[in-house]
Amino acid sequence: MKARGYLPILMLALVLAGVEQLTSWTSTVYFLTQMTMTTYYALLVIGLCLVMGYAGQISLGHAGFFAIGGYTSAVLTTFDLTPLLARGNGAVSLLSAAGLLVSRDNLYGETLLSVNPWLACVTAIILTIVIAFFIGIPVLKLKGHYLAMATLGFGIIIYRVALATEIFGEADGISDVPGFPLLPGVIVSGDFSNRVQNYYIACVLLLIGFALLQNLIDSRVGRALRAIHGSEEAANAMGVDTARYKLYTFVLSAVYAAIAGIFLTHYNGGIGPSEAGIMKSVRYVAIVAIGGMANLWGALVMAGLLNFLSLRGMFGSYDDAVFGVILIVIMLFAPQGLLRLQLWHLFKKSPRDS
Amino acid sequence: MTSQLFFQYLFAGITYGSIYAIVAIGFNIIYNTTGIINFAQGEFVMLGGMIAISLHAMLPLPLAIGLAVIITMVIGALIEIIFIRWLQNPSVLRMIIITIGLSILIREAALHLWGEGVRSLPYFNGNEISTIRILDTNISPQVLWVIAVCAIIVALLSLFFRFTSLGQEMRACAANRLAATLCGISTKNMVTFSFMLSAGIGALAGCVVSPITYTQYDGGTPLAIKGFTVAVLGGLGNSMAAVMAGLLLGIIESFSVSVVPLAFQDAISIALLLTILFVRPHGLFGSKEAAGLKEF
Amino acid sequence: MTLLDIKDVNKHFGGLLAVSQVSFAVRRGMIKSVIGPNGAGKTTLFNLIAGNLPLGSGRIFFDDRPIHGLQPFQIARRGISRTFQNIKLFPGMTALENVMVGRHTRSRAGFLGGLFHFPATRREEEAIREKSFALLQLLDISQHADAEAASLSFGQQRAVEFARALASEPTLLLLDEPAAGLNIYETAEIARLITKIRDQGITVLLVEHDMSLVMDISDEIVVLSFGQKIAEDIPSAIQQNREVIQIYLGEADA
Repeated sequence: MKARGYLPILMLALVLAGVEQLTSWTSTVYFLTQMTMTTYYALLVIGLCLVMGYAGQISLGHAGFFAIGGYTSAVLTTFDLTPLLARGNGAVSLLSAAGLLVSRDNLYGETLLSVNPWLACVTAIILTIVIAFFIGIPVLKLKGHYLAMATLGFGIIIYRVALATEIFGEADGISDVPGFPLLPGVIVSGDFSNRVQNYYIACVLLLIGFALLQNLIDSRVGRALRAIHGSEEAANAMGVDTARYKLYTFVLSAVYAAIAGIFLTHYNGGIGPSEAGIMKSVRYVAIVAIGGMANLWGALVMAGLLNFLSLRGMFGSYDDAVFGVILIVIMLFAPQGLLRLQLWHLFKKSPRDS
Repeated sequence: MTSQLFFQYLFAGITYGSIYAIVAIGFNIIYNTTGIINFAQGEFVMLGGMIAISLHAMLPLPLAIGLAVIITMVIGALIEIIFIRWLQNPSVLRMIIITIGLSILIREAALHLWGEGVRSLPYFNGNEISTIRILDTNISPQVLWVIAVCAIIVALLSLFFRFTSLGQEMRACAANRLAATLCGISTKNMVTFSFMLSAGIGALAGCVVSPITYTQYDGGTPLAIKGFTVAVLGGLGNSMAAVMAGLLLGIIESFSVSVVPLAFQDAISIALLLTILFVRPHGLFGSKEAAGLKEF
Repeated sequence: MTLLDIKDVNKHFGGLLAVSQVSFAVRRGMIKSVIGPNGAGKTTLFNLIAGNLPLGSGRIFFDDRPIHGLQPFQIARRGISRTFQNIKLFPGMTALENVMVGRHTRSRAGFLGGLFHFPATRREEEAIREKSFALLQLLDISQHADAEAASLSFGQQRAVEFARALASEPTLLLLDEPAAGLNIYETAEIARLITKIRDQGITVLLVEHDMSLVMDISDEIVVLSFGQKIAEDIPSAIQQNREVIQIYLGEADA
């Protein structure tokens, strides 16, 4: 992409920084907590946008990938390896010798020895890629209803596993997840002293993720994806290996979801089974739909707005219902998305288009 | 495994399997006339149970159930008229998302109307400890109710589709919409009717099974997934095969309890669904050619 | 110098035999046409060659290597490009982007290149763009390069589809009823274009209903009727063929 293409992203960066300044002037810095969380969810949503909008596939299991990332990182960084090391477990000794274990004190003052967050993060991403591949290869042969049900089924399995497995904390989830030191002095954690810093970490991550996706869409691969969406048969006849492209897109968006899950888990200091719930997946689909499917900016804006409102508790006990209504209303009246709808009306008014 | 335990698992499997079969037939009725998979199918079962429970507070049981079925049918018809009837050539993706949205709305409405609590209808005969001895096994009379009602539903449906003019019109509509329209059949009304019918049988199934499985606001989605598994297992659109597949899934599930923890029971049927989808997407009993003709 | 060799190809749908024991060869550098009345199996045969339908039985060789059983995208990578009877452009993409998709088999950037836009990726992208624009110029539609494909006229869309098919620099170009829906002037234009393509060394296999187009430009013609090959010859001989006149022309004139 030409440098000009990055200008909107730069503008977005300025807006995000402006928002932070605004909260500090109006002493509403507490908003930053939800905004940071929103930003991580937005990362997942733009990844899903790639799958739904550009590869034309529905995934009702993306909360599952978010949970795989978050839970893996949480387990690895909280599981106490001291007894294993004492027993002379080979793998643990090796990790220890390689300096990949860190020791810290937990809330009760006990000393824990667990995996370095970086290692945990990489492991979580690799695990996600492997699972996404194995789920994706058969699932993406399916179309329409079958794909929707299969991904929904995948999401439910992840949810049930999280809910019924002791190591994942069952209904309580995992808490006391340590911070994730990215660089010296830069740490992903929920400490109040780190609030502003963490807002910027999330924003930078989102901006990078967004820029990369925009790059991808504006490339040979993106063109092929849009071609698949337009006419799978014609794309295939042009030499596009449609199945492989769909699979890679699916895996890439699973990685986005997993990274969002990993960072948010470290930021929140924990993760619970509700993050893997079907309603979460449906919510992400709703946001992509309202953003206009093949519209990264739409997905980004809507993810920011709706997740923030939801996290602030604006929808009260009607939280899930709101997203259900959004889904129906958008799909009934504006299947091209809310933003596209307004543009369409503008065009309609202009005389040359009549 | 003792023979007594064996038969107990078997009856439990048949009970659940009958309900799955009814949900699957509900999917099939709508799928045949519209090509839509109605993701809110499981919610009809939940609604039937919930409405009957509320009505039973003031009405005798048979009347409460009858009224609940009728109300659910009206809801089914309204859903079709308000949300689906006027869409022109909606894409599959759009229909999936709309019906998912509907299932969420129904569930949330149920949550606000009836709360999170578990409710149930009373046993039709006796109570939870009354039993009948069959094949040397103690089973609840309600199990027989479930099996009998589901069998009657299936029998009546097949008579309906074969011998009544309305049923024949629906089949015509399923075979070829355009041709059916040309013969003067209102395909739009047939679609509305198919929603009513599948809401009705779902609701009735939801009532008879309520004493055994209880009714809760979020019980619809797992049922929908299992019903869909069964529908796919039997080959989408093929209702008689769905009965076989339903019983099969119910029995597999019930025997799996002796092997895996209860919490993973749902995972089993979903894993089965995924396997079937990958290996034989046209179903165990369906033919590949027929599946190829339909547009997914 | 056989480029495409079709041997004893069969295809049936249920009880209907759509293509029966059809064999013929396409030599390098020629324009070969397949004609026949509606329902003769032309489009089925076309889809069998392009890999959109699995063969019932028989073999198809391209450049002496078998291509039956391959997926359409694999066949495209071997150097066979095609157009569609009812033009299948990618809606929502510009004319230029449509042609750029046609360069797919001649470029390599993958997901990593797409995400990170390495210098080599950018150079390749620029080359794709230039080459595609040149093709639009060749077909006289470069002024519409940035117009959305779906907004163009039928004739223009057909030209864009040609450009897209040519973008992969194919050895063999399959054209599925290229004159369908065109008026006589546009048909003449297409005829000139197909000849031009052949003169550049690209072999053309054409399935067509429009007799004037076929007779003017073809080097050889295959006639199908009810799934069977009833004649294969040069155009002037086909015009004299009694059986063909009876089955095809007779019916068309009636």
